[in-house]
Amino acid sequence: MEKKNLSQKLKEGKFVITSEIGPPKGTNIEPHLKEAEHIKDEVDAFNVTDLQSSVMRLGSLATCRLLVERELEPVFQITCRDRNRLALQSDLLSAYVLGVKNVLCLTGDHTTLGDHPDAKPVFDLDSVSLLKVATELMNGKDMKGNELDGKPEFFLGAVVSPGYEPLELQIIKMEKKIEAGARFFQTQAVYDLLSFEKFMKAVEKYNVPILGGIVLLKSAGMAKYMNEKVAGVTVPEKYIKMMAAAKKEERAKVSVQIAAELIKGMKGLCQGIHIMPLGWEKYVPDVLEASRI
Amino acid sequence: MLITKLKSSNELDEFFSKKLFVFKCFGCSEVYFPEEEINNFASGKQEKISGIAQIDYLCNEDFAKRYIEKNVDRIHNCEGIIVFSCGVGVQVVARLLENKAVYPGCNTFYLNGFQGLTVLECDCGQCGQCYLNHTGGICPITSCAKGLLNGPCGGAKNKKCEVHPEVDCGWISIYERLKKINEGSTLKKKGVLIRNFEKIIKGI
Repeated sequence: MEKKNLSQKLKEGKFVITSEIGPPKGTNIEPHLKEAEHIKDEVDAFNVTDLQSSVMRLGSLATCRLLVERELEPVFQITCRDRNRLALQSDLLSAYVLGVKNVLCLTGDHTTLGDHPDAKPVFDLDSVSLLKVATELMNGKDMKGNELDGKPEFFLGAVVSPGYEPLELQIIKMEKKIEAGARFFQTQAVYDLLSFEKFMKAVEKYNVPILGGIVLLKSAGMAKYMNEKVAGVTVPEKYIKMMAAAKKEERAKVSVQIAAELIKGMKGLCQGIHIMPLGWEKYVPDVLEASRI
Repeated sequence: MLITKLKSSNELDEFFSKKLFVFKCFGCSEVYFPEEEINNFASGKQEKISGIAQIDYLCNEDFAKRYIEKNVDRIHNCEGIIVFSCGVGVQVVARLLENKAVYPGCNTFYLNGFQGLTVLECDCGQCGQCYLNHTGGICPITSCAKGLLNGPCGGAKNKKCEVHPEVDCGWISIYERLKKINEGSTLKKKGVLIRNFEKIIKGI
């Protein structure tokens, strides 16, 4: 029997789990692939970040292809920060011929936030127009209406930030992304189930699968930093206290416990979860184990 | 005034579905200003015009304020404002009349060596395809660090830009202004916008 892919699983109503690989700064990809293989039975697909945080790294598309070769299902993250519309369309076609069908379309962080702040920011398209262009490619035309010789098929995704203020503006953008072709969403990190539930109620009408974002807290300091700096993220005081009270060697355990609590709470609310381990990939199996109901 | 060209008659007709007050700026008209086309167009829309103010250097807020005060009744009686000027003039009027919808009558094209005469917070990118009618008179190209046309990125924290934490997120300002002028639905209606860089490179 052929293995079901992310799109099929979501269609069938399976509560899906995606995780994330951040390619290394350099060529040493093997350990990352090993980590992915280690949890492949529990994770339905792996996002591969595209120069996350505007830091120059190994490419997302090449890493996606390596996952395909190991029979792991990738989600190709593609941002508008570094490519103009010619390169974006070309990379989408390349993804398809390399066997990569899940594509997460993002605007991307600004260049000035990364390790090459002197780079030229592109932003020729944005997440919404990129989704539209990818949909047009699927219909056999490029964005200027020229016929393609062979058309790709994608399962297009996008991101949404449930904790964004003002939320209505975020939902307007989400609606535009759906109109432009987004068929699933992954969210910014969620720490507050009550406000996440409100968000889910507000977007229920779109009937599009949403995978709630889980970021493993590494310390109380990280939680405070996110509250201060990271858009759309608010870590409640109770979790900050739990992390602060934990001894250094117990922090991972407490973090896993918090993530598991959030995942359990999300199971009735959304269609899956997206775990962003940010270097703590080795704890993902523990999180999944602890979150089983 | 830089190089400005009249917007397409389709776009202008859409603006004139409402009764409008007209601002015409002749400040930098020595560069290029489609005065005749504007007057011709306006003469065909008499019944839709609540009043006309002709002004030099609309980019100077003090001048603009004085003209607004002079025309306060006629402005009060209109459903929106159309501004025939460069993008800066449109934005100045939008800032001064925060409860009125303000539409650009012209597209402003790039002109080498011309960077405006007045130091101002609002800026015109001279992109040749003015978006100010979609965005409540706040330019998404110059007020957003990424120049996004279809809504905000996810990066704003406490309504401040991820690139310039001391600056308001342009898109949140656009959203708030559109709500204030009861055009909140504009953001949903306008479909997907994509820039045309040929207009900058070739000036067409």
